[in-house]
Amino acid sequence: MFDFLDLEQYDLFGAFWTTVQLTVFSAIGSLIWGTILAGMRVSPVPIMRSFGTAYVHIFRNTPLTLIIVFCSLGLYQTLGMTMFAEGNVDTIGFRLAVLGFIAYTSTFVCEALRSGINTVPVGQAEAARALGLSFTQVLRIVVLPQAFRSVVAPLANVLIALTKNTTVAAAISVAEAAALMRTMIENEANLIPIALLFAIGFIILTLPTGLLLGWLAKRVAVKR
Amino acid sequence: MRLRKASALAASVLALSLAATACGSSDDEGGDGGSDGAGSGGGDSITIGIKFDQPGLGLQTPDGDYAGFDVDVATYIAGELGYEPDQIEWVESPSAERENLLSRGDVDFIAATYSITPEREEQVSFAGPYLLAHQDLLMRVGETVSSPDEINELTLCSVAGSTSAQNVQNDFAPDAQLLEMGTYSECLTGLENGTVDALTTDDSILAGYASQEANQGKFELAGLELSNENYGVGIPKDDTELQQQINDALTSMVESGAWDQAVEDNFGPAGYEAEAAPAIGEIV
Repeated sequence: MFDFLDLEQYDLFGAFWTTVQLTVFSAIGSLIWGTILAGMRVSPVPIMRSFGTAYVHIFRNTPLTLIIVFCSLGLYQTLGMTMFAEGNVDTIGFRLAVLGFIAYTSTFVCEALRSGINTVPVGQAEAARALGLSFTQVLRIVVLPQAFRSVVAPLANVLIALTKNTTVAAAISVAEAAALMRTMIENEANLIPIALLFAIGFIILTLPTGLLLGWLAKRVAVKR
Repeated sequence: MRLRKASALAASVLALSLAATACGSSDDEGGDGGSDGAGSGGGDSITIGIKFDQPGLGLQTPDGDYAGFDVDVATYIAGELGYEPDQIEWVESPSAERENLLSRGDVDFIAATYSITPEREEQVSFAGPYLLAHQDLLMRVGETVSSPDEINELTLCSVAGSTSAQNVQNDFAPDAQLLEMGTYSECLTGLENGTVDALTTDDSILAGYASQEANQGKFELAGLELSNENYGVGIPKDDTELQQQINDALTSMVESGAWDQAVEDNFGPAGYEAEAAPAIGEIV
């Protein structure tokens, strides 16, 4: 059934490796930016709270394709932003895609984390304040460690969604799995087996992620 | 236990998807039988697959009409088969779905920038060709290159996965920077702003974009013949009767001058000179 698959002609593993790289860089970036956003949304400073809220609502409700295509058409092709990789369109495309994925995925990380913060009894934060800790200390030492442990499972969902969302990057010249799939469909005129092949590839990527993080979520959960 | 459940689930997903493909291939034969009847003319309507988003070839206009060279050719063929223009039902056939549309019998034939290739001939049959196109570059006016050697130094743009994009990487300009976007229109933004130097694909498609009202006078074709693309009319596999009818229709279209008129109407403003109409069955 897969006799069209000529690995010398089609760099299948290279394409999925790009998918993995996109996922890992975007996941790390989203985790950092999402945590900062969550911190803003629970902070005592009104302007930070409103910035966090506005950011999350705008980016979470914009279609991902639009964000990614804007990164290329708007930031790069119109404003000339080259992401420190002038003259190499492949690198520019990759970095712009990571930027777009971080901007989008961090809103989901932020909201997951905020729900985790809500699971920490408010008395703990009050007790920490009473001990003289500042807001950032309360967040860093008392609240966030417990919040993270309770949101491993939702964050796993976000990660799996991110892995699959990386296929959108094919629209802005990133040579990842979905781009190779288009090439193969164009050449081989054999839609269903090719689509199936790539579906299996993504299941191989996401299924272990889900199982592993599901196990981890059970293990580290704060028992209350 | 947890793992066993998961592997059982994985196995059933696999089995389900295999079953789905099996259905797909058995549909092939069913589709053939169905469209035989529809293709032989005289019925209530005929269903034709075209592109909806390709100016100059197959484009859905804002008022819901269809315009372009493929549309003109398809209308002429339908006329020869005995269908009035108002009996034609247009169906969008994106590149990736053309084979499936034909084998399922969703369309009677397809005229949608469909290049004849050996891989595709394993899935469908072709009538024609009706147009010989070449891969070319669309560049800003006054900045065109004259020899293929210079392409390596340019930043090109094409559609992700398309044959044109692969030709650039594998054949004539492996060192050129290649931006692969989702559609050709997205490339035009970069071409206009100078981020990319050239948009590359079949000259017929490029001429269509250059002839659009908003783009007239901005871009021009470089006139390099980088590849041969034989546009054929896609029909269900081994439907020789329909193939013969369409070939006859194409011959009479060329002889009557309607073919030249269609080229002039659709590609004229771009200064694009199409090759003479290709002979039926002649693939270069």
